[in-house]
Amino acid sequence: MMMRMMILVLLLCCISSAAPEETHDEHGGGHNITGIPIVTFKWHHVKPPYTVALWVLVCFLCKLLIEANHNVTNYIPESALLICFGFILGGMIWGADQVQTFKLTPTTFFFYLLPQIILDTGYSMPNKLFFTNLGAILVHAVIGTCWNAATLGLSLWGCHQAGAMGNIEIGLLQYLLYGSLMAAVDPVAVIAVFEQVHVNEVLFILVFGESLLNDGVTVVLFNVFDAFVSLGGGAIDAKEIVKGIVSFFVVAFGGSLLGTVFGLLVSLLSRCTKNIQIIEPGFIFVLGYLAYLTAEMLSLSSILSIVFCGVCCQKYMNANMDENSIQTVRYAMKVFANGSETIIFVFLGISAIDKTIWVWNTGFILLTLFFILIYRFIGVFILSWILNRTRLVPVTFVEQIIMGYGGLRGAVAYGLAVNLNETNIKEKNLMVCTTLIVVYFTVILQGVTMKPLVQWLNVKRATTTELTLVEKVQNKVFEHMLVGIEDISGQIGDNYWRNKWRNFEEKWMSRVLLKPSARKNQDRLFNVFHQLNLQDAMEYVKEGERRGSLDFIRNESAFVDFKKKLEEDYEEAMPDIMADMADDQNGASVMRRDPVPSISLEMHEQNMRGLREAEVINSHHLLDQHLYKGRKQHRYRFSRSHLDINQDENEVQEIFQRTMRSRLESFKSGKMGVAPPKTITKHTKREPQPKMPNGRNKNYHSGDEDFEFSEGDSASGYDTSFPMRVGYRAGAGIENPAFMPDLDPSSPLHIPPWLADAGLEVNQVAPSERAQMRTPGHLHRLASLRSRARSGETDQDLPPPPHRDDDHL
Amino acid sequence: MGATQTHSEYQYENMVGKTGFSTEQIKNLHMRFQQLSGNEKTLRREHLKNIPALANNPIKTEIIEAFFDKRNQLDNELGSYEEIGFEEFLMVMSHFRPLSIKTSAEEKTAMRKQKVRFLFNMHDTDGDGKITLEEYRKAVEELLSESGTIGQEVARAIADAAMLEVASTNVPNMGPDDFYEGITFEHFEEILKDLEMESRMHVRFLDMNTANLRCGQ
Repeated sequence: MMMRMMILVLLLCCISSAAPEETHDEHGGGHNITGIPIVTFKWHHVKPPYTVALWVLVCFLCKLLIEANHNVTNYIPESALLICFGFILGGMIWGADQVQTFKLTPTTFFFYLLPQIILDTGYSMPNKLFFTNLGAILVHAVIGTCWNAATLGLSLWGCHQAGAMGNIEIGLLQYLLYGSLMAAVDPVAVIAVFEQVHVNEVLFILVFGESLLNDGVTVVLFNVFDAFVSLGGGAIDAKEIVKGIVSFFVVAFGGSLLGTVFGLLVSLLSRCTKNIQIIEPGFIFVLGYLAYLTAEMLSLSSILSIVFCGVCCQKYMNANMDENSIQTVRYAMKVFANGSETIIFVFLGISAIDKTIWVWNTGFILLTLFFILIYRFIGVFILSWILNRTRLVPVTFVEQIIMGYGGLRGAVAYGLAVNLNETNIKEKNLMVCTTLIVVYFTVILQGVTMKPLVQWLNVKRATTTELTLVEKVQNKVFEHMLVGIEDISGQIGDNYWRNKWRNFEEKWMSRVLLKPSARKNQDRLFNVFHQLNLQDAMEYVKEGERRGSLDFIRNESAFVDFKKKLEEDYEEAMPDIMADMADDQNGASVMRRDPVPSISLEMHEQNMRGLREAEVINSHHLLDQHLYKGRKQHRYRFSRSHLDINQDENEVQEIFQRTMRSRLESFKSGKMGVAPPKTITKHTKREPQPKMPNGRNKNYHSGDEDFEFSEGDSASGYDTSFPMRVGYRAGAGIENPAFMPDLDPSSPLHIPPWLADAGLEVNQVAPSERAQMRTPGHLHRLASLRSRARSGETDQDLPPPPHRDDDHL
Repeated sequence: MGATQTHSEYQYENMVGKTGFSTEQIKNLHMRFQQLSGNEKTLRREHLKNIPALANNPIKTEIIEAFFDKRNQLDNELGSYEEIGFEEFLMVMSHFRPLSIKTSAEEKTAMRKQKVRFLFNMHDTDGDGKITLEEYRKAVEELLSESGTIGQEVARAIADAAMLEVASTNVPNMGPDDFYEGITFEHFEEILKDLEMESRMHVRFLDMNTANLRCGQ
């Protein structure tokens, strides 16, 4: 903690002390050019970008510091802590310079910090949720914001007339202007707080969608009242007011339309970026930013524009782009958004430490706070009451309270306040400082109390578990069923329109915007299936690695080979271990000969334990032998436009030959009826079988994939003949039987007895049928069926998940 | 028209209590019913099959069957009707009635159970109280048939995976000789317990008559 503080202080000192040095330096350099200087200190040369970079670093370090101890962020939201850090930093600068050199300027905020946050929210918007609640969101965003602006302005004006503020020069229009800039709920602050309080998704989308969309309203209101203030009270007539209202619609819808156009443009572009995959992820950022700037240029709502750009393109981008690019976009988006969010909050704190803006007026400030809170609640209650009359799932009273309480003001209000014209508004500083106080109050106080409040009121939380496949299927059933019922009952409802839209979307938009290949994989249900498979495969490998057992490689043949080799190579070196292993083997072979046919899990367990040690050595050796090079040591070809893993022909060839040799050996030994010295094994059902030409076996139970070697051709590389068993539900997601680690020494109960049984018959030539007989017929069949189906589709769609041979070779 | 009017007025009162629809809604639905059945007293499968909008629905057979399923009439009979009267029609529709803000917690759970039962009946085509693998496969295949891009194999794979998921959820310690015959209603309820049903199984039944807005039947 102290260390970090020191670093921060040092950094700041650097910045502030560098300023005087720089002039000195310049003078020195200018006067005596005697020769070619080897090293010159050119601070002035790099000052602006250097300062920016340093500040970014400082902000990131603040975040690092905050996130270092989680028990603090559990109680206080990160945004509040960042602001507090801003206070401290601001204090330091003030102490060093006696003037606030750094503050958040509207230009920086609106041009460089805000766009990426909004783009991220748009791009990761849960579209369906957003559009199903669009009506409510719009009502809250438009009417609610107007209500907030009008009531705040009028009430303050009323209080002013009543003499509550003392002697300040603010007229009715200026109050309304002030009200309009204070009215908008800030998306940045809302995301920051609500991300940590996991309220249910409908409530979240209501607050969050409102905060996004009300920007259009705020900017218009602000511009209209700004114009009115400049015109002066006398020049306003009905015509101007009508123009103001018209401009509202133009600004809001124009912005959204522009964003949509840009979004479709990006989607269209992503269709043909196959050959420039490296910069493919860049398009969304550039075009998103352009959408923002274009809207700004045309004085349309820039936030709405960039939101809709993100919303429109997400689906098509994700379908069109390469998997890597999708990840890149996702991460880069988060990096930018989270980074600028951090910077914004830190600078909101820093901006406060400035004597020049602080003008205190108790009445004005307290009344503003009071009215903001009160009218927000009143507005939410009234609007929710109206909306609840038609909503299918009404917003409960408790949720309304949270909605009201979630009306956080943030940097947008501050940015607008700083933008005020000082010539027209004498009390600009008072407004700015009140805005800051409101921001601090809402972000810090409301932010901190939000979580306890949510807990105390017992608000319905978001479900954290992911949907299972059954649920996904069911959702699909719901969709079609509701449309069907609406059709039968003759209602034209939401489902009807949604269906119409979906048909249109599938028919036209997808055709134009999606690659033909991507269009194929559009089905969501299938995607879920695919994801689950991937996830299972990953978990499976992880699990194997965690246990230190590489048995999941299923390389039994290698084991055989190793045994021999080990005896030759290591006998002298490690006699102890060898003895151990021999013991193990003896013990195990006794077990094997044990005529007791009944299934004893305990016995099995003992065997496993005895084998553990040997297995570890085995696997290490196995790795040593078969992995030519660690995967991470693959050399990357250094190229700016390609990112391929080095696939050195020779290397691959050598691995292939080695593995092939060992396989052949074991194959031979298997043919001659020599039992592999493996004592307990799940693969005992395995029978020596000739390699199938296409690498796909008819017998799905004999996990004999070892005999078919994949030369990196993934078509046959990961066929699916695994011993199957019913997956256990160990967490979210299904456990695909195909990926179940079947050697499971830590929990012997998981080993199906029929396999243990089979383990006793290691010497028999074809136990596979028998083993199959003993398996719970239907389920087993089910599993194998599944695997067959999988092998059908994995060929084109799934990367080789379970079979790590490819990777390890 | 007058005579039927009074007759149905009386009937409507009965049905309000039974189904929870408002009188206006029942009136509208009745009009729709008559429109569908061509002013007959009963509705047959062909009537529903002829609705043009339904033609593209991948699960239209299931939906139509649900209307003729005796199990959906709350008296737990098995089998299906050949033709249904308005009352049966209404009972099926009532499964999709939205909750009002006044609905109590117990009523909500009861309604939820009813809805889940409806779904269950839809999948359990032979009425033996279990959704077997075959039945589930058929359902998934039909669901995916619409997209056209996914082969039957994949549909089966998905159904199988889903089934395994159910089996592993509900019978975590399945012995080797156990045989998972199918999803029982209890299991079905258990799997769907996290699913938010409120917004997913509701149709907004308007008080006003929209039947005429729709062109065609």
